Amino acid sequence: MFLIERCEWLAPDIKRFQIRAPRVAQKFQPGQFVIVRVHDHGERIPLTIADADPVAGTITLIVQGVGKTTKLMNRLADGQPIRDVVGPLGNPSQLHRYGTVVVIGGGVGTAIAYPTALGLLRAGTRVVAIIGARTASLLIMEDEMRAASQLLIVTTDDGSRPGPRLVTDALYEVMKSEPKIDLVLAVGPIGMMRAVADMTRPHGILTRVSLNAIMVDGTGMCGGCRVVMGHQTRFACVDGPEFDAHQVDYDLLAQRNRAYREMEQESLRRFEQHPDWDMQWVAEQCRLAERHPEILVNPNTPPNSEAH
Amino acid sequence: MNDLSPKARMSLPRQSMPAQPADERSHNFSEVNLGLSVLQAHQEALRCLECTHPRCTQGCPVGVKVKDFVALIAAGDLLAAAAKLREDNVLPAITGRVCPQEHQCEGACILGKRLAPLGIGYLERFVSDYEREHGVHTQAAKVPTTGKRVAIVGSGPAGLSAAGDLAQRGHAVTVFEALHEPGGVLIYGIPEFRLPKEIVRAEIENLRRLGVAFETNVVIGKTVTIDELLGTEGYQAVFIATGAGLPKFLGVAGEHLAGVYSANEFLTRINLMRADQFPDYDEPVFDCRRRTVAVVGGGNTAMDAVRTALRLGAARALLIYRRSEVEMPARREEIQHAREEGVEFLTETVPKAFVGNEQGLLRSIQCIRTEPGPPDRSGRRRVQPIADSEFEVPAEIAVMALGTGANPLIQASTPELATDARGYIAADPETLTTSRPHVFAGGDIVTGGATVISAMGAGRRAAAAIHAHLLMPDSKSDG
Ligand SMILES: Cc1cc2nc3c(=O)[nH]c(=O)nc-3n(C[C@H](O)[C@H](O)[C@H](O)COP(=O)(O)OP(=O)(O)OC[C@H]3O[C@@H](n4cnc5c(N)ncnc54)[C@H](O)[C@@H]3O)c2cc1C
Ligand SMILES: Cc1cc2nc3c(=O)[nH]c(=O)nc-3n(C[C@H](O)[C@H](O)[C@H](O)COP(=O)(O)OP(=O)(O)OC[C@H]3O[C@@H](n4cnc5c(N)ncnc54)[C@H](O)[C@@H]3O)c2cc1C
Ligand code: FES
Repeated sequence: MFLIERCEWLAPDIKRFQIRAPRVAQKFQPGQFVIVRVHDHGERIPLTIADADPVAGTITLIVQGVGKTTKLMNRLADGQPIRDVVGPLGNPSQLHRYGTVVVIGGGVGTAIAYPTALGLLRAGTRVVAIIGARTASLLIMEDEMRAASQLLIVTTDDGSRPGPRLVTDALYEVMKSEPKIDLVLAVGPIGMMRAVADMTRPHGILTRVSLNAIMVDGTGMCGGCRVVMGHQTRFACVDGPEFDAHQVDYDLLAQRNRAYREMEQESLRRFEQHPDWDMQWVAEQCRLAERHPEILVNPNTPPNSEAH
Repeated sequence: MNDLSPKARMSLPRQSMPAQPADERSHNFSEVNLGLSVLQAHQEALRCLECTHPRCTQGCPVGVKVKDFVALIAAGDLLAAAAKLREDNVLPAITGRVCPQEHQCEGACILGKRLAPLGIGYLERFVSDYEREHGVHTQAAKVPTTGKRVAIVGSGPAGLSAAGDLAQRGHAVTVFEALHEPGGVLIYGIPEFRLPKEIVRAEIENLRRLGVAFETNVVIGKTVTIDELLGTEGYQAVFIATGAGLPKFLGVAGEHLAGVYSANEFLTRINLMRADQFPDYDEPVFDCRRRTVAVVGGGNTAMDAVRTALRLGAARALLIYRRSEVEMPARREEIQHAREEGVEFLTETVPKAFVGNEQGLLRSIQCIRTEPGPPDRSGRRRVQPIADSEFEVPAEIAVMALGTGANPLIQASTPELATDARGYIAADPETLTTSRPHVFAGGDIVTGGATVISAMGAGRRAAAAIHAHLLMPDSKSDG
């Protein structure tokens, strides 16, 4: 099991976790993710590794509570263990030294784009960052993004911050003012990524998006995360998660992501009515970790763990 | 040796396997077959003709001494029978349930020429269940530790059997598994109603007792590379047993609609993630109730998927297979069970396209009839579509059970590890050595999708080869 060393709220419903996962921390490269299973009855969900400290053996995850599993995770506190964390998965972002790159993060996409922005900056690229949220209180990682870019533009859908409202409005301005853009990286809701792709396509600007397909194993075994690029099928977990924005079939991705909508809502309703049902599994694994502290350091499957 | 004359033995009927009634079991996930009683097992054991040159042993991919263990059952010494079986087969409770006996031991049995063959699979299952239920664990004699460390990648039957044999020879063994629970296909693929997970977990517990360490949540090639296992991690040998886990699709229109699954995904959601118990478990799966589920394929995986759909409450469970029923590669028993449970067979048919509604949800499958064509290079006849024979099958859920390929994760992250044209790891069939020193490979990742028993056999050969290699003076020095 994997210990939460520290966690803190970044915004309502968005929490940052520092988790002990030495093997993952050793190997992490920007753009990669982990798959997390909170407790023994939980599902496996992908979360981007926002940062890692190989010396301390920790990784940073930033979680937006959108449904049952992410809201459950956001209820966890310092010192509690997470059942399973596996990674780093997916291909790292290509951190060449480009001339100018525009990095766009919408909502929790900002957290996903952040390590890549920082990596590009460190590689000597000029980074223009655009981050957006529905409203000012939901903006995350503004300071981090400012530090990871030469220029940061902040947008709010409701105009609660002065400046452009949509990230595409900001991109439009940047495309006018920047003499040459070598790459645009967009991470956020599907609609946002599609809109960015539509804007850059006529100008032939290389554009990449990080796709949030529904995943199960994350190793290429199930094919549930398949996305269509032009005429080719790709598995987002092993071939991605970044892809050429101009090739992606966004309609298909949106349809597949909606597939379990009703069940997800049922799950969330149940959880919000009876959070204790889930917290009992969490408490159970806390007890297990207390009794067998060695399973936290060396994340083996604990003895007598799979009792269902 | 029993006292019956050959004629008397041949007059005994083959015992039939007690099973849950079809209309009951098609609504639950409990095991279908209930196992022979002690009396039945004894009766069945008496049927063995005790041939001088038993063909059953030759028919067994791992050469189980069938005659000997069956004679011990006839003599009433069930624990000795189990121990005899374990000399050649380290997972008998599992293979007794899932081996295609009709093509192996029982297919070779001399009784089968005129009568029903000896129920070897039933007997194998019987003695190993007896052993497990009576709490006796065949414990290996303690051997001195060698100080050598072996890493095993993948915890399917190949990895587990290699782990057991190596631990029994005194080596320190760690099994790395990508998923959160060890067992490979035995855990995530084959359903509870055919192979109770409790049995797989008991085998894994046995290995833990032998000192085998399991590290789950480690994807070799991503979390740790093969080179690191042999370097900083300090292992002297690595056995790659990652299976053939890459799902195949047909490549026809609409195959990515919501509601179209690979068999791996569908079965993993149920077996590993317990979506059948949603919302007590978080994992969702498409609601099969009142709906039609069509499974494409004719192997064990297809049978497992279609029978799982029935148990999830499907109004109609269909199997679409491109050849005829007799050509289905699945075990006979599974085909028969599927029929009894009410699965409809649509043979000599292939899907041409999957059709969805405006929300992108599957609504029907366009199919076309096929007929036998000229034989291909392997001598198996091809199938060809019959012109103008298209028809439409309404279905809300489809599962593609078309076989699997080689997952490239390890191959891509391990320089100079040779593969064949299809991406499987190239390994010597006997010594299981690969193009890389200290690296061995076996099971489905070498042969392509095969069987539990062949993977187990590969694991055992690998263990023998690795043991020999570790004792060689020029093998990798410790640490
Ligand atoms: C590569 C990748 C990286 C991601 N990184 C982050 C991150 O750093 N921070 C963050 O907050 N979120 C991230 N996400 C999204 C996160 O995985 C989903 O929000 C989460 O799975 C939702 O689960 P839930 O039970 O809370 O909500 P649900 O109500 O179950 O689902 C809400 C929506 O999330 C998606 N979703 C549901 N289950 C899965 C699943 N098993 N796999 C993928 N998506 C699913 C669906 O589109 C669904 O409509 C990432 C997704 C991917 C694919
Ligand atoms: C649904 C289904 C039903 C079947 N029914 C039967 C049957 O009735 N009879 C029969 O004989 N055979 C059957 N088979 C086939 C049989 O299960 C396989 O041939 C056998 O399991 C292969 O064993 P293996 O050890 O080579 O690999 P697997 O059982 O596939 O195990 C490989 C393991 O390695 C893990 N792994 C993969 N990559 C990595 C990595 N990079 N790092 C760490 N771990 C990794 C996987 O997660 C998996 O757990 C069936 C197969 C399926 C899918
Ligand atoms: S998540 Fe299963 S193949 Fe990508």
